[in-house]
Amino acid sequence: MTASQETLDEIALSRAEYEAIVDRLGREPGPLELGLFGALWSEHCGYKHTKALLRTLPSSSERMLVAPGAENAGVIDLGDGLAIAMKIESHNHPSAVEPFEGAATGVGGIIRDIFAMGARPIALLNSLRFGQPTDARTRYLLNGVIGGISSYGNCIGIPDVGGEIFFSDTYKGNPLVNAMCVGLIENGKMASASAKEPGDLLLLVGADTGRDGIHGASGLASRTFEEHAELRSAVQVGNPFLEKVLIEACLEALDLPGVVGLQDCGAAGITSAAIEMAERSGMGLQLHVDRVPRREEGMTPYEVMLSESQERMLLAVTHGKEGPVFALFEKWDLDATVIGEFENGRDVRIFDNGSAVSSTPIVTLTDAPEYRFTATKPDWLKTLQNADMTATPMPEATPEDVLLKMLAAPNIASKFPVYRQYDYHVQTNTVIEPGGDAAVLRLKGTKRGIALSTDCNGRICYLDPNVGTAIAVAEACRNLSVTGAEPIALTDGLNFGNPETPDVQFQLTEVIAGMTRAANAFGIPIVSGNASLYNETAGTSIYPTPIIGALGVLDDVEKHSTIGFKSEGDVIVLLGSDSAWDTIDGLAGSEYLELVHGRVEGQPVLDLDLEVRVQAVCRDAVRAGLVASAHDLSEGGMAVAIAESAITGGIGASISESPGDGNRWDAAMFGESQSRILLSVSSENLVEIETLAAAQDVPTAVIGAVGGDSLSFGDSISVPLNDASDAWKNGFSAATSDQPQK
Amino acid sequence: MKFGIVVFPGTWSDRDTHHAVSGVLGQDADYIWHGDANLDQFDAIVLPGGFSYGDFLRCGAIARFSPVMEAVIAFADRGGPVLGICNGFQVLCEAGLLPGVLMRNDHLEFRCIWTDLRVENASTMFTSAATEGQTLHIPMSHGEGNYQADEATIERLEGNGQVVFRYADANGNVTPEINPNGSINNIAGIVNERGNVLGLMPHPEKACEKLIGGEDGNVIFTSMIESAVQTLA
Repeated sequence: MTASQETLDEIALSRAEYEAIVDRLGREPGPLELGLFGALWSEHCGYKHTKALLRTLPSSSERMLVAPGAENAGVIDLGDGLAIAMKIESHNHPSAVEPFEGAATGVGGIIRDIFAMGARPIALLNSLRFGQPTDARTRYLLNGVIGGISSYGNCIGIPDVGGEIFFSDTYKGNPLVNAMCVGLIENGKMASASAKEPGDLLLLVGADTGRDGIHGASGLASRTFEEHAELRSAVQVGNPFLEKVLIEACLEALDLPGVVGLQDCGAAGITSAAIEMAERSGMGLQLHVDRVPRREEGMTPYEVMLSESQERMLLAVTHGKEGPVFALFEKWDLDATVIGEFENGRDVRIFDNGSAVSSTPIVTLTDAPEYRFTATKPDWLKTLQNADMTATPMPEATPEDVLLKMLAAPNIASKFPVYRQYDYHVQTNTVIEPGGDAAVLRLKGTKRGIALSTDCNGRICYLDPNVGTAIAVAEACRNLSVTGAEPIALTDGLNFGNPETPDVQFQLTEVIAGMTRAANAFGIPIVSGNASLYNETAGTSIYPTPIIGALGVLDDVEKHSTIGFKSEGDVIVLLGSDSAWDTIDGLAGSEYLELVHGRVEGQPVLDLDLEVRVQAVCRDAVRAGLVASAHDLSEGGMAVAIAESAITGGIGASISESPGDGNRWDAAMFGESQSRILLSVSSENLVEIETLAAAQDVPTAVIGAVGGDSLSFGDSISVPLNDASDAWKNGFSAATSDQPQK
Repeated sequence: MKFGIVVFPGTWSDRDTHHAVSGVLGQDADYIWHGDANLDQFDAIVLPGGFSYGDFLRCGAIARFSPVMEAVIAFADRGGPVLGICNGFQVLCEAGLLPGVLMRNDHLEFRCIWTDLRVENASTMFTSAATEGQTLHIPMSHGEGNYQADEATIERLEGNGQVVFRYADANGNVTPEINPNGSINNIAGIVNERGNVLGLMPHPEKACEKLIGGEDGNVIFTSMIESAVQTLA
């Protein structure tokens, strides 16, 4: 019997895809089988619209131990038996429907991907996007998401060390919640999500299986959903305590001789986890759904196979060696149940109470169709890019008032009111806490450290997906370089609108091209990634938002730099430009242009070659101990960067030259031209820094000095440091509180 | 000296505590599983932070029924030093080893911040390496650290010098503005009447090295080590 349109809609398969299934099987699929296809051919699991593009991303590196897509997360070698597993994952649609649990289970899911690699999770980061906080529902989403991350992360004992929050109308109906987890693998003890030989047992461990999250992958993640409030039942509910116990038990289990494989049970539940495991092992699999422990009665095989109940893992265990495994899980008060067995052949055979309910060739299920598209630049984008920046009117407010307004803007103001709700100290490795450009963690037992950051300015990517993504990579790396860390790997969280539209196809294509260009310029691989499509607000696709997570290493973690000014009399030096102030072109896509003039337009520019050299000089200077502070210039440009370094250091600064010579002071102060780093150095180190820069052909400018209790720019512009500090520290709470705003 | 570090399901500062007392301060230390009840080999017991049993029901309410807690109570009754950090403090209150309760923070949010703790009593076995009035820079990380007890209990605690730490500013001023969770009298840590059981909400093990922001937390562990040496001598 041919499947009805209603059935196909429920699992988000097109009629053409259904026909392809019939063609491959040589028969109509059964209802359970169709559910398997729906899950595995979902965008979330099958990457239908992105697979061909993702394949083009640079992934080769001497440090690469596990290539992207090969396992639950990419793994990068640090030497000495140490390796880092890292990945970003989105939970956008669940968070739009149920922000607290959506965000919490997003965190839980990415943690499982990491410890499935045999890695102990050592850090979390969150990259969040919301509509403007003036909207009451946005504030509800914001508070729910922060609460969910706080609740899950704090309970589980993994420090939440960084990330970003950015507000723009484009995300109003569709917030982005991307979580990144980083794990440390010691003594080369990496795990694989595969079985060794036919006869190996498949064990399900952790939580019981319920009806929660059915169609999470195919429904919530793989189509537009705004009208589908009923999809709330597709949001899972998390239990961080159970996951904490599961981490300890699984990491301990990996030391047992019989445990050969470990796999996360995430999107599309047992279906995706078990079938991917069998495929990776090159074996067949028999699965007995009746053996799966349940928390609800009367569940059908379909529901058991597609449930996305959280805190479950699969183990592959050598036949006959399961005894100690059961004992270990019993010690941790966790269920462990044999639910299947790997076997010869290439089929997945599903049984319920001994009778076969489905038998399907695995390759048919996992080899989802691939859609390729040609991309043409839309005309509306050309218009936006060609906008004349010189036509921007001068603001009516004074430079002082605009600076205070910028510092208080929720995209720029301190996010301390958020991250003070996350434990960023646990595990006692945090050398640079949230609030800097990147987090730095020490690696106990070594002199080394790692630096972590996430970055992506969706507004810039909207104006030029290619250049914007290269800028996201550059900024994520610049955030590392200012601490002294050398970037060694990237992970990406791709967030896009509807891939069936030409605009989004253009954006996808250009974003991947830009990411490739930038990663190659830095000579570093993209080790893992995630794609979330169909993100729309009121039928309009969100800004393309390819969130970049970056990992860097410090050979001597003691030699790091932070953003705050340190000492009266230190010289302020700009790396990357020979002029203190920006030009009119820097207004393209800037925070200032949107905040003050309500415009999102212009052509963003990046000189990748210069960028790479600027960062190298900065790292060399930090490592040589020449630098008192280093801070990346980003949203808000020079004036905001100076203010942030001054506020954080608790000491003022004065810049000698007047911004823009009194003409276009706005562009001078708030322009966002790339490849600029603000340093403060003691005067005796200045020559050495200038020599380092000259050797790499990097322009520099000595622009002012640290000291006093105000921020002064030239002779006529001055803001008391206390006022700047109040604006920056209170801006976020003021903008996001439910109290009526003045 | 040998520290015993109790591990409940959901404990997470066990490894951090081990690092502080063993990795940094060079003492012997071992973990104690919540199902074990033999503490004979240990000179001091630490109930570390975390979310024992997921904080289900009430923080510490389930952990107090673990077999290990009977042994900890007996250990304390014999005068052995017991330190409860954060969730460990909550467990000590639930187990009746310390008076009072830890309620939800008055602002209803989890707080992870650095605090300055004014040492109110430097004559305990947990503070002998400090001086009275000194402040210790130690981070806290909790959603339920709002210490409360009935009036008579507070009077008794204050009168006996059982209030060991108070939230203060960096200069040691104890003010309502600096109170991070609504605790009565800015109380951050208390000892029992005998002086051998300390509970405190902030995490001394998270302030054990300059590289991670400070080492004031070692004052507490060092005091325990010094007083153990004196007892043994």
